[in-house]
Amino acid sequence: MEYSEKVMERYNNPQNVGGLDDNDKNVGTAVVGAPSCGDVIKLQIKVDERGKISEAKFKAFGCGAAIASSSLITEWIQGKNLADACGIRNQDVAEYLSLPPVKAHCSVLAEEAVSGAIKNYKEKNGI
Amino acid sequence: MSEIYLDYQATTPCDSRVVDEMLPYFNEEFGNPHSVNHAMGRRAKEAIEKARSQVAELIGATDPKEIIFTSGATEANNLALQGVARFHRAKGKRIVISEIEHKCVLETGYALEREGFEIIKIPVSKKGVVDLRLLEESVNDRAILVSVMTVNNEVGTIQPIEEISDICRQKGVLFHTDAAQAVGKITVEASRTDLMSISGHKIYGPKGIGALYVQLKPRVRLSPVLFGGGQERGMRSGTLPTPLCVGLGKACEIAGQEMENEQARLTEFRECFLKTIFDNLKKVYLNGDVEHHIPGCVNLSFDGVEGESIMLGIPGICISSGSACTSEILEPSYVLKAMSIRDDLAHSSLRIGFGRFTTNEEVAYAANQIVEVVNKLREMSPLW
Repeated sequence: MEYSEKVMERYNNPQNVGGLDDNDKNVGTAVVGAPSCGDVIKLQIKVDERGKISEAKFKAFGCGAAIASSSLITEWIQGKNLADACGIRNQDVAEYLSLPPVKAHCSVLAEEAVSGAIKNYKEKNGI
Repeated sequence: MSEIYLDYQATTPCDSRVVDEMLPYFNEEFGNPHSVNHAMGRRAKEAIEKARSQVAELIGATDPKEIIFTSGATEANNLALQGVARFHRAKGKRIVISEIEHKCVLETGYALEREGFEIIKIPVSKKGVVDLRLLEESVNDRAILVSVMTVNNEVGTIQPIEEISDICRQKGVLFHTDAAQAVGKITVEASRTDLMSISGHKIYGPKGIGALYVQLKPRVRLSPVLFGGGQERGMRSGTLPTPLCVGLGKACEIAGQEMENEQARLTEFRECFLKTIFDNLKKVYLNGDVEHHIPGCVNLSFDGVEGESIMLGIPGICISSGSACTSEILEPSYVLKAMSIRDDLAHSSLRIGFGRFTTNEEVAYAANQIVEVVNKLREMSPLW
């Protein structure tokens, strides 16, 4: 697969790899995708008292596009409030990384991971 | 090390001895091998007949006339399946193949299915070996052909050709084998089959040439797929490409002479490679049959890590993966699926192929690089 430089940068040096404490009520977690499909993204966010995402971490099982999409979206959502983070569309990720059309689903997965983590955070906090 | 080629099941470089043999036939001895009324044509024909004998000898064919040159194994497989199907359709419409045949056999089968033939796909074991009992049961009196590959291209498993041959002989059904991955690497016996497909570029010959062995005694009849001047005993029309035929012949000659030494070398590479991998990584699984395999092919699944992401981390090493992410259709390898390998492990698979020009250093380097990348990727895997 031919990838853009932006994908390769993030594959070679992914940002925000790791995890956050799921027991912390300020942490929202989502696991999207399926091993049988070849892509799984686990994404976690920590929300501060002002309602902003202070930290985002991910782990990914998947191709270069999945790793790069996860890395990019964690970079983008840090410092954003939940509404703005939710507003990031998969097309923005795919466009920024110049993903080949066949890899568009990786950016969809990254978007789903963000909305899933936000949903989980809101559920935990009764919002 | 800048670039290491470990994808010898995909293709091989043309051996320079092969290239040397071919060169005069491009511009010096360019005569049409079918223009036997002048000396130049006859010399080209002579070169082709020598090549035919070299191919015949490698696969143990008794008569060089049994070798029909084609453009490659894909055409040979098409000719075998379509040719037999069309010629023998009055006798029956069933063709028995395996689930792990190369795409060119499967797709030819599907095309014949649309014409009204019945294609039976025999499942394989976890090791990738065809189920002989089911195969035998499937060969009924409507069956006209059994086609099972000698060696699988993804996992390197060798099929029980003798047993399949016995079943076919006993039932009086033609037996074809796609031996593209076997010829020149292990001993194959044409006499065990009625039809056998051969590829040039898998054995250090040129691309664009292959052959179909078609047994003469008893004579196997088939309808041509290409019509024209009636070359190749009427089975494959078209002017033969003299340089390519000469190249295939030479490649077969060299393969025959060096097979034994090469098997030993490749076995050593394989063992050395696997030792480094298994000593340094947990949960790595070998796909295929540990006993019945060609030495130059290793197929491994690395639990928790996707195949394409491993390949991205070792850009200088040319290998391939059974992961969907490396294919345009986003489906994981159908071969691994047929072997009941878990989907996630199919996505995690790599095929590493050693060959004639592989060195010890390359094997060691590749193994170490793979260990390093897999460790790095596992650290960021939610499944690890």
